[in-house]
Amino acid sequence: MGKITGFKEYTRETPARRPVEERVNDYFEVYLPFDNDKVRTQAARCMDCGIPFCHTGCPVNNIIPDWNDLVYRDQWKDAIRVLHSTNNFPEFTGRICPAPCEAACVLGINEPPVTIKLIEKSIADRAWSEGWIRPEPPETRLSQRVAVVGSGPAGLAAAQQLNRAGYWVTVFEKADRVGGLLRYGIPDFKMEKTILDRRIEQMLAEGVVFQTKSYVGQNVPVEDLRKEFDAILLTGGAEAPRDLKVPGRDLKGIHFAMEFLPQQNKKIAGDEVPNQILATGKHVVIIGGGDTGADCLGTCHRQKAKSITQFEIMPMPPLERAPSTPWPLWPLQLRTESSHEEGGLRDWAVGTTSFTSDGKGNVKKLHAIRVGPPPAFEPIPGSEFALDADLVLLALGFTGPVRKGMLEQLGVHLDARGNVATNGRYMSSVPGVFAAGDMRRGQSLVVWAISEGRAAAQAVAEYLRTENSAK
Amino acid sequence: MAQGHSFSGFPAPQGLYHPRHEHDACGVGFVANIEGKKSHEIVMKGVQILINLTHRGACGCDPQTGDGAGILIQIPHAFFDRECARLGFSLPAPGEYGVGMVFLPVDPQERLLCEGILEKAAKEQGLSVLGWRDTPINGNTIGRLARNTQPYIEQIFIRRGRDMDQDALERKLYIVRKQAENLVAQSEMKEKDLFYVPSLSSRTIVYKGLLLAPQITHFYKELSDPDVTSGLCLVHQRFSTNTFPSWKLAHPYRYICHNGEINTLRGNMNWMHARQSVLASPLFGEDIKKLLPIIQPGGSDSAMLDNAVELLTLAGRSLPHVMSMLIPEAWDHDPTMPEDVKAFYEYHASLMEPWDGPAAVAFTDGRVIGAKLDRNGLRPGRYLVTNDGLVVMASEAGVLPIKPETVRMKGRLAPGRMLLVDTEQKRLIPDEEVKQQLANRRPYAQWVKENQITLDDLPNPNRVQPTDHETILMRQRAFGYTDEDLKTILLPSALQAQEPVGSMGIDTPLACLSDQPQLLFNYFKQAFAQVTNPAIDPIREELVMSLNSYIGREGNILEETPKNCHTLKLRHPIISNWRLEKIRRVSWGDFLATTLSTLFRVDGGEQELEKAVEALCRRASLAIRNGYTLLILSDRGVDAEYAPIPSLLALSAVHNHLIREKTRNQVALIVESGEPREVMHFALLLGYGASAVNPYLAIETLENLYRDGAFPADYTWDKVFKNYMKSVDKGLLKVFSKMGISTLQSYQGAQIFEAIGLNRSIIDRYFTGTPSRIEGVSMEVLAREALMKHAFALQHASESAWELRVGGEYQYRVFGERHLLNPMTVSKLQHAVRQNKFETFEEFAKIVNQQNRDHLMLRGLLELRAAGPAVPLEDVEPASEIVKRFATGAMSFGSISKEAHETLAIAMNRIGAKSNTGEGGEDEARFLPDANGDLRRSAIKQVASARFGVTTTYLVNSDDLQIKIAQGAKPGEGGQLPGHKVDEVIARIRHSIPGVGLISPPPHHDIYSIEDLAQLIHDLKNANPRARISVKLVAEAGVGTVAAGVAKAHADVILISGYDGGTGASPISSIRHAGIPWELGLSETQQVLVLNDLRSRVRLQVDGKLQTGRDVAIAALLGAEEFGFSTAPLISMGCIMMRKCHLNTCPVGIATQDPDLRKKFTGQPEHVINYFFFVAEDLRRIMAELGFRTVNEMVGRVDCLIQRQDVDHWKAKGIDLSAVLHDPPVPSHIGRRNLIEQDHGLQDALDCKIIEMTQEALENRTPVTLSLPIRNIHRTVGTMLSGEIARRYGSAGLPDDTIRIHFTGCAGQSFGAFLAKGVTLTLEGDANDYVGKGLSGGRLIIYHSRRSEFVPEENILIGNVCLYGATSGEAFFGGMAGERFAVRNSGATAVVEGVGDHGCEYMTNGLVVVLGDTGRNFAAGMTGGVAYVLDRKGDFGAVRCNRTEVDLEPVTEQADADKLFELISRHAEYTNSPQAKWILDNWEATLPKFVKVFPHEYKRVLGIPRVSAELIASHRQKSSGDRVIHG
Repeated sequence: MGKITGFKEYTRETPARRPVEERVNDYFEVYLPFDNDKVRTQAARCMDCGIPFCHTGCPVNNIIPDWNDLVYRDQWKDAIRVLHSTNNFPEFTGRICPAPCEAACVLGINEPPVTIKLIEKSIADRAWSEGWIRPEPPETRLSQRVAVVGSGPAGLAAAQQLNRAGYWVTVFEKADRVGGLLRYGIPDFKMEKTILDRRIEQMLAEGVVFQTKSYVGQNVPVEDLRKEFDAILLTGGAEAPRDLKVPGRDLKGIHFAMEFLPQQNKKIAGDEVPNQILATGKHVVIIGGGDTGADCLGTCHRQKAKSITQFEIMPMPPLERAPSTPWPLWPLQLRTESSHEEGGLRDWAVGTTSFTSDGKGNVKKLHAIRVGPPPAFEPIPGSEFALDADLVLLALGFTGPVRKGMLEQLGVHLDARGNVATNGRYMSSVPGVFAAGDMRRGQSLVVWAISEGRAAAQAVAEYLRTENSAK
Repeated sequence: MAQGHSFSGFPAPQGLYHPRHEHDACGVGFVANIEGKKSHEIVMKGVQILINLTHRGACGCDPQTGDGAGILIQIPHAFFDRECARLGFSLPAPGEYGVGMVFLPVDPQERLLCEGILEKAAKEQGLSVLGWRDTPINGNTIGRLARNTQPYIEQIFIRRGRDMDQDALERKLYIVRKQAENLVAQSEMKEKDLFYVPSLSSRTIVYKGLLLAPQITHFYKELSDPDVTSGLCLVHQRFSTNTFPSWKLAHPYRYICHNGEINTLRGNMNWMHARQSVLASPLFGEDIKKLLPIIQPGGSDSAMLDNAVELLTLAGRSLPHVMSMLIPEAWDHDPTMPEDVKAFYEYHASLMEPWDGPAAVAFTDGRVIGAKLDRNGLRPGRYLVTNDGLVVMASEAGVLPIKPETVRMKGRLAPGRMLLVDTEQKRLIPDEEVKQQLANRRPYAQWVKENQITLDDLPNPNRVQPTDHETILMRQRAFGYTDEDLKTILLPSALQAQEPVGSMGIDTPLACLSDQPQLLFNYFKQAFAQVTNPAIDPIREELVMSLNSYIGREGNILEETPKNCHTLKLRHPIISNWRLEKIRRVSWGDFLATTLSTLFRVDGGEQELEKAVEALCRRASLAIRNGYTLLILSDRGVDAEYAPIPSLLALSAVHNHLIREKTRNQVALIVESGEPREVMHFALLLGYGASAVNPYLAIETLENLYRDGAFPADYTWDKVFKNYMKSVDKGLLKVFSKMGISTLQSYQGAQIFEAIGLNRSIIDRYFTGTPSRIEGVSMEVLAREALMKHAFALQHASESAWELRVGGEYQYRVFGERHLLNPMTVSKLQHAVRQNKFETFEEFAKIVNQQNRDHLMLRGLLELRAAGPAVPLEDVEPASEIVKRFATGAMSFGSISKEAHETLAIAMNRIGAKSNTGEGGEDEARFLPDANGDLRRSAIKQVASARFGVTTTYLVNSDDLQIKIAQGAKPGEGGQLPGHKVDEVIARIRHSIPGVGLISPPPHHDIYSIEDLAQLIHDLKNANPRARISVKLVAEAGVGTVAAGVAKAHADVILISGYDGGTGASPISSIRHAGIPWELGLSETQQVLVLNDLRSRVRLQVDGKLQTGRDVAIAALLGAEEFGFSTAPLISMGCIMMRKCHLNTCPVGIATQDPDLRKKFTGQPEHVINYFFFVAEDLRRIMAELGFRTVNEMVGRVDCLIQRQDVDHWKAKGIDLSAVLHDPPVPSHIGRRNLIEQDHGLQDALDCKIIEMTQEALENRTPVTLSLPIRNIHRTVGTMLSGEIARRYGSAGLPDDTIRIHFTGCAGQSFGAFLAKGVTLTLEGDANDYVGKGLSGGRLIIYHSRRSEFVPEENILIGNVCLYGATSGEAFFGGMAGERFAVRNSGATAVVEGVGDHGCEYMTNGLVVVLGDTGRNFAAGMTGGVAYVLDRKGDFGAVRCNRTEVDLEPVTEQADADKLFELISRHAEYTNSPQAKWILDNWEATLPKFVKVFPHEYKRVLGIPRVSAELIASHRQKSSGDRVIHG
């Protein structure tokens, strides 16, 4: 299968990004197109391992060697079939997944790993452009109805699976558009929203009902859901942001990342955004060195900030895989995203101590101190410093789902970390109510959300099958 | 005597032991006067032969009790006449009475009863009993064990009836005996097992017993009486695999004695049983019923063969006829055989399947005496004829002292050939004449022509089942197809026309432990040959293989009519839809086909399957009653309501039902099924009785793949189909051959499988006789599996993500089968050893153990139980002691890289454990320590079938010498290292040529039987007396019995390998389907060794995916003292289970020779050391908990293991491990672990004396010349001396001719084995098998006695398998050699004057000159080196040489001619050969008759173009006349 010696003959090659000076002027995706023949060459590097660690490294367990081989053999149509068998939305993950598969790739032990993510994206894009991806409505409909609350990746994956299995699925979304985090969390320069739209169209054509501006627990009573649906799947995400409780936090100009990012997405989608938080012409400080921080960074570049600084409380990771995270573990190492390429200053082992104002209630300065390594983050005396900050974006992660409202009303138990507690089959403490995605496991990757959505859909179907036969 | 023994000698089946696994092998011989002149001298000579074959027998725990010996002679009338007169009755004339030798119960009452039964039976046949005579014996002369089970021995004298001729009397005596046997067997007597009639005949009498050869004349005192005379004497010395005393299993039987074994016994028994229903003979009339059962149950394979011989002979066929019918030679592909002889065989093939197996059978009916070899010729037989009419045949030459000048000829039994002396015709009848006479008996050719048809002769069907692409997915799902079946099995098979290859063994659960719905096929494991018989090479020795089968109603085998061959001949058992339709619509003669559906209703639940199977059996019976002769069992028509019965179940149920109903031979069973797709499936269907299989869904699937463009553009559908069929054919031949079976006909119904995890009710009813030892799933579970597949089939595509299940058997897949080694375990283990963190190892161990508990491995079903109170951890022996019991597995340098190989060696040497060379030799540079003190030498040196790099120096630089009989991942198979992997270094170490491919033969060509193994052990022990000799076996049902034989053959260590062991490259069907888990094999071995009181003589080692301390603890408790690991240390060094070892692309530099990839190797000895210390530490904790301070205390403490009671898995809960946990009830003095050393008897070796006499040469290199007499009992001469030289001087040896020894006489086996450089052995006389085996630089010169008067080049001088694995040195043989001369030669130069079959097989280097005739199949698998053959008859290229690998050329190069001339000159000088002198004298005329045998690969590497055959022909024109034979 595949090219036996491909990994010896070819080197890793990924698509180039558009020049920084060009891309910071727009919100289009940053990557240049990559020729499909070159993708095939990259696929030839796959070694078709006896134990494909990528396959378990991948949260949806994509059968990576199989579709690599199919791409190498130019059988793209079969490749999308295999890819879809584990992943409903490869065009999403192929763009925004940090690719733990590549960290686990066996070739990565001593060579640059196979460009799995690129191949995944290429398969999906080709399939869309060839028109191979069409609605797949169920051939027979079952009588039972399922409510999916939240239209992020977990909800969408679950809805599509359940619908295709024949259940009547309604997805409730509190926002004005479907997609959740995919819609409003991911900047367009990472994934343009047409990518999402065509998927939603497919699902609509398959028969999924989307009900937007429907905030369960607020404008949609929980009791209605309980009455009208045979099962409820909660996929509301982990939207409670982690705050930074330091003096001056209440000053104007200090925002959570998720207050900032969605506005730009709406703007691009053509919406009016009154009082948009803008970085334009400001000294911006982003607190938090993760992906969300990087998304803020890229957005700020595009909004033409005067200066951008990104702080991370952890020490700077090594340039290569840290010995503490040997292959095939997710490596602790310095990552440079496209946003980092575009400018800004990154600083590590920095703890924010306070904000001070310009006297008008607006933030003016950020005060910080250098700290030691975790878990103590011991401040280093004498290392205090301050810098200008007109806009501070907090990208410190999320502490779990929003508990007020729906969760309280449903009365589902929470686990120690505040997420919805479920049994091994994704069911919460309330029979017939299931949870998946970030709402169940806490903040995580899109690919995990898809994985959870699929698994939960199976659990819901099993539940409904047994419920049905019990009746 | 141990409890549970019966008087027959064998213990009752218990635990994992079953008496059916017993094997034996032996020395046979006879002596006869051609003119039938009777004399006492003949008897004494027979006894003398027996004594001189003693070393071929064996004794067990009691050195005075042998395995059995006996002689058969003509009735000594004069003696009995005299003796009976004394007893008060007189005998009539010779031929008018019969004598019975009778073993009777010791209890006087029961003895009288038995006597009465015999007398009554005789009277009923119109015979009169003349009297009884106590046979005078001396019980004091035999061993204690033998005495304890000795029967009362008497002779009965029975007078013929009126008007009875002698043949009629013989038949009556046969009936009498059979009737008495049946009556006694049915009686309630306690000692009825003692009753046995060794002979009852008017012509012959058998004296035998549980004796050592020298005891026979002391025990049977009358044998020394001068009046005991005979014209012939057949003798036998037995070597059995057990120590259980059994008097009746001594040979000779009534007509034969046998060396070897019958592999196909189960099938032969079943078919004979089936034939009984139609047996009829005017010679027996109604009495024929009294003969049943023809095959006496409980006998050995030889006894059963004798039963068949007896019936056929007494029913009127001549003995040579019977032998040719039962053990036919390979006639299919023999271009030299006359057509009418072929027709004889073809006719008889319709009557009976061959009794296949390595067999040398000596036979007599008291008038003719002879011997025959089976088609493969795997047992030795040497004979000579003297001028005064004496014929001596024996397993060895030199068994009788005969003056050389009186010898008229010396010969050997050749494969398939017969030696026959007719004392009535008073002549020796040549084989060709015997066969021609048989062929002329009847118009066989005409009969076959008129009565036999092939499928091609049948009319074309109107309509063939079309491929239904619409429903294919549904059907694939219903039959359990996975993605892997398509991708890994079908596609590669059809692409490459051969079975796909894989590596790194198997780590998935047994079918009975798997969560996945399995195919019934997966519950079976293939059996294979090890030690007691050899596997065959189906590729290089294709001439003996056959896929022919004959379909048709079987007639009466006692008749000889044209109707008997009214059969449909199939050339391949796997048939297309087209061919199946031809059969379905057949209308010709008796043939009439009907199709029986093998579907069952899914709505009936799990009970429905059994009902459907029973109904199927009833319908089969009905069909037979209605006159159908062909039953097609078809599962076409699967739909929403019907699921298929597993095809194997349907078939085997009908097969066994019809056997029970005695109608099996009335029909042929043909399977039309969507289920079978891989070789194992077909093998099972054929092995359980199918005549043909039509795998319609496999064919449709391929067609679908073809339609979807899965094949390259240049593949036509025809090619795809043919390739697939070819791959199955090849695979089937491989499966047969690994059991040592050559023909489909004898494989059919032979049931050579073990079931694992099927419960007794399934086995007893549907797979009668198949070993299944741990119980397991029920019919309901089988039904559930079928229903699960069926439900999936009906599931709508959109409901499931998968079209087909992923499989995940061959590669890890999350949604597929579970694997012991998975991302989690592999990475945890690597993290642990690299960071040297025991805690991480504990996490790893915990995961592995939990996986096992979740029924991934059998051992997970076991729980450890404390032996006593826990002991403090510090009281447990230290890890540094425990690791010394650890070894790494055999991985050759060649399969793994130099870096990986040496890292393992360094690691193991640092901790006092042992690494293993594998079979690729070892660089001598590694024998000396490195500067830092590290030693890169592997402590275990493997000796495998190819003998790569096995030199004397290699042997002396070892602590263990491991004879690899089999390998877990591909037992019974050879291997191949393709030329591109053989680089300079590997070639140097393997003594071959860079770039030239290397073949490892399936068998060791010096181990065809247990007595051969004893000889090899003796050879190796001589070469290096300090090394332990270890024998590696693979677990299978019966391995314990084999191990007992190995212990008796004096192995010091026995390694039991699990089937799950890794491999660098094996056919994936072998990886999955051959062999069984070590838990079963080890436990059986421990039990059988203890039962035999042999356990204390050997150490037991075990391997097969051992990972954790718990694994080791379980292995120790089951009986292992040492533990082998391969996969885990490889993973410690960086292996990530790529399973691409066979592709040379290992990305971590382990299993590769690619220099770029080798650079990626990052393994360190420390990693390996850490792993082993972790395991030891893990084990220590378990030991402390269980209350053991040392591993020795644990060994064999099976009472500390119990089966878990908390297993609730739908399949695993049916498993019963009580047989595994059986503790044989033997007295406490019988050791359960190694306590004493084997006695190798080296002190008696002639070499001890020689070493003493050559001290000067050994110490100071001073030349020494000696002259010594030699006899056949002097074995392995020169080897210990060579070991001494190699130890002192390495492979450089001594200067040429430093030690010169001149022997006179007949040398025993392995003369000059591993002879080192500097030694020249000259022998005047002759020699036995294995001359110059492993020759390592020495020189051998052998020629016939100067006093001999026969033509040297036409008489046999040396035995079989000479120069096997020779690596360097020279040999000059002034006479003919036997079979397989210079097999696997990799460097020696030899001149010989004629060779038997398979000369120069697998040769990779060196030079061989044959100045005379060769047998068939010369140069098979020869990839390197050169041979020159004097082609006197001009038929060498056409019929004698296997030209697959070689080119034949004239000798045109001057350099070649010069070299040849020089060698022949030296040959003439050394051996005084008249042939050589004649050639030299006529050089110009003879040179053109020499053919240069030049391997293609070798030429390619040398850059020489290939030559056409015409050139040779034109060259021959130039030559002239042949040498006129003098004398």
